[in-house]
Amino acid sequence: MIYRENGQFKTSYRADQQIFAIVQDRWAIAALLALAFFVVPALASDYFFRAILIPFLIMALAALGVNVLVGYCGQISLGSGAFMAVGAYGAYNFFVRIPNMPLVPAILLGGLCATAFGILFGLPSLRVKGLYLAVATLAAQFFSDWMFLRIKWFTNDSSSGSVSVNNLQVFGLPVESAQAKYWFCLAFLCVLALAAKNMVRGAIGREWMAIRDMDVAAAVIGIRPMYAKLTAFAVSSFIIGVAGALWAFVYLGAWEPAAFSVELSFRLLFMVIIGGLGSIMGAFFGAAFIVVLPIFLNQFLPALVASVGLSISTAGVSHAESMIFGALIVWFLVVEPHGLARLWSTGKQKLRLWPFPH
Amino acid sequence: MGFFLETLLGGLMAGMLYSLVALGFVLIFKASGVFNFAQGAMVLFAALAMARFAQWIPQWTGIANPVFANVAAFLVAGLIMFAVAWAIEFLVLRQLVNQEGATLLMATLGIAYFLEGLGQTLFGNSIYKIDIGMPKDPVIAFDKVFEGGILVNQEDLIAALISAVLVALLSLFFQKTATGRALRAVADDHQAAQSVGIPLNRIWVIVWCVAGVVALVAGMIWGSKLGVQFSLATVALRALPVVILGGLTSVPGAIIGGLVIGVGEKLSEVYIGPLVGGGIEIWFAYVLALAFLLVRPQGLFGEKIIDRV
Repeated sequence: MIYRENGQFKTSYRADQQIFAIVQDRWAIAALLALAFFVVPALASDYFFRAILIPFLIMALAALGVNVLVGYCGQISLGSGAFMAVGAYGAYNFFVRIPNMPLVPAILLGGLCATAFGILFGLPSLRVKGLYLAVATLAAQFFSDWMFLRIKWFTNDSSSGSVSVNNLQVFGLPVESAQAKYWFCLAFLCVLALAAKNMVRGAIGREWMAIRDMDVAAAVIGIRPMYAKLTAFAVSSFIIGVAGALWAFVYLGAWEPAAFSVELSFRLLFMVIIGGLGSIMGAFFGAAFIVVLPIFLNQFLPALVASVGLSISTAGVSHAESMIFGALIVWFLVVEPHGLARLWSTGKQKLRLWPFPH
Repeated sequence: MGFFLETLLGGLMAGMLYSLVALGFVLIFKASGVFNFAQGAMVLFAALAMARFAQWIPQWTGIANPVFANVAAFLVAGLIMFAVAWAIEFLVLRQLVNQEGATLLMATLGIAYFLEGLGQTLFGNSIYKIDIGMPKDPVIAFDKVFEGGILVNQEDLIAALISAVLVALLSLFFQKTATGRALRAVADDHQAAQSVGIPLNRIWVIVWCVAGVVALVAGMIWGSKLGVQFSLATVALRALPVVILGGLTSVPGAIIGGLVIGVGEKLSEVYIGPLVGGGIEIWFAYVLALAFLLVRPQGLFGEKIIDRV
C-alpha cells in the first residue's frame, strides 16, 4: 500500500527519463543518503568503520567499475586487480613526487593512469572476444604484479617494496579518523555512482549494451565497436583505478603489490556476479555481500562448529569460506543469474501491487 | 651453444608439462564448449587425493609395497575424480544447459573455489609428497658433441613421455571412436546434438571424467616434481596462455602451444630477464599469447569463429 504510484503522471520527457521516476523512490534515496552521511557516522563504532563500512564503500566503487565493463559491455575481465594496482601506484607516485600535491587530484590522476593502462590492455578486445579475452586480461594482471614488484621506480625506490602514505588531508582537513575516511570514500562513491548511472542511461551506455548483447548486430546498425569497447574499458578502469587508490591510501595506508593480486580480481568478479550483472545497484549488493561474508564466517563459523562438539582451525575457516564462495557463485548462476539486484527489483515490483497478487 | 641447447631442452620439457594441464582445458572446451577454469583446482584436488591415499593405503592394509600403494592410490584418486565429474555434471552443468560461454566460465570459477576449499578440507593443507619412483638424477647427454654436454633431467624425460602417450591416446579417442564424434558434435551445438539423439548429460560426464584423469596424471607428475600443495592450482594459470596460443579447440595446438610457451619462458627468462630485473616468466607467456592473438584471434590451430547476425 505504501509503494503505490497511481496518480503520479508524467507530462514531460524529462520527467519520464529521470533516474528515480517514482516519488517514493526519491524519498527513499534521499533518506538513505541522509542516513549514510549523517546518522551512520554518529552511531557506528570504530571497528565497524574500519572492518566493514570503509572496505564496503571502496569495494562497491570497484565493483561498479567492473560492472561497467563486464555487466554492461560484456567484456569479461579477470584483470581488475591490475587496474586497482595501477590506480593506487599512479596516485602514490603523483602524491609523493610532486611537492604539495593535494589528495583528491592525486587520486583522480591515479584513476587516469588506470584509464591509460585499461585502454592499452583493452586493445586486444577489438580482435579477441569472449573467453579468449577473459584469459588475455590476465596478462594485464600478471604484468602489473611483476611491474610493481620489480621496477623500483614505481615504489619510489623503497627498499622493502612496500610503500605507505600518511598525513592525508583535504582542504586542510585531516583524513585520519575512521569517520573522516568514511565520509571521504562515501563522497567519491556517490559522485562516481551517479556519473556511472547517468552514463549507462545515456547513448554510450546503450552502445555498450548493444555490443554486449550482440556485437555483430550492433556493428551492423552503426555502433562503432572500437569506440564502444574502448570507452567501456576507459570508464571502467578509471572507476576501478580510483577505487584502487582509495583502497591503498585510505583503507590500507601501507601496501605492497600482493594487495592487488589475481585473487582480488576474482573477488571483484564475484561481487558483480552475486550482486547482479549489468546493474548499478548490484555493485552495492555484491560488495556488501562479499565484504561481510568472510567477517561473518570468521565470527560465527567457529562458534557454530563448537556447538556440535568439533573445532575448526583458521585454515579450516578459510577453506570453508572458499567453498561457500564457490557454491554461492554456482548457486546464483543457476538460480538467479541476475543476482541480488534482480531479487531487489522483483521485491519492488511485488510491493507495487501489495497486498494483491495481480 | 651447449648452454643454449640446455635451456631450450629445459623449456621443451617444461612445455610438455604445461601441455598436459592445457590438454585438460582443451578437452573440455572441445567437447562441451565450456572454458574450464577449474582445471587447476582439479589438478590440485587429484594430486592431493593421490598423495594422501598413497600414505593412507599402506597404513590401512599393512602392505608396505610402494608400487602397490601408488597404483592403488592412483585408482582411488581416479574414482574420486569420476565422482567429482559426475557431481559437477549433475549439480552445475545440467542446470546451465544452453547458457552462454561466459556464464559457464563463471560457473567453473565457482567450481574452482569449491574444489580448492574441499580438497584442502578433506586432505589437509600441508605439503605432501608423491613418490612414484621416478629417477631424479640428471644425465649428461651429447658430451662428445659439446664441451660439458647437456644436462637432461630424467624425471622430465619420463614426464614428457607420459604426456606424449596420453596425447596420442586422446587424439585417437577423439578422431576414431563414435563417442569422440559425439563429443565434437556437442561442442558444436548443444541443441543440435541433443536433437539428433546424443545424450548431452552422459557426454558431459564422460568428458569431465577424461579431464579428471588428465588432471590426475598432470597432478601426479607435477606433484612428484614440486610436491603437492596449494601452489599446484596456480599451475593452471601458467597453462592458460598455452591454450590461448594453441587454440581452444585443438589438441595438437595444446602440445605445440605448450612447447612454444615453455621454450619462450625459459629463453626469455635467461636472455631478456637479466635486462629488466628478472621474474618475467609468467607475464611473458601471457604477453606472447596476447601478441599472437592480435595476429590470429583463434590461436594457432583453433577453429575460426564466424559470426552471424
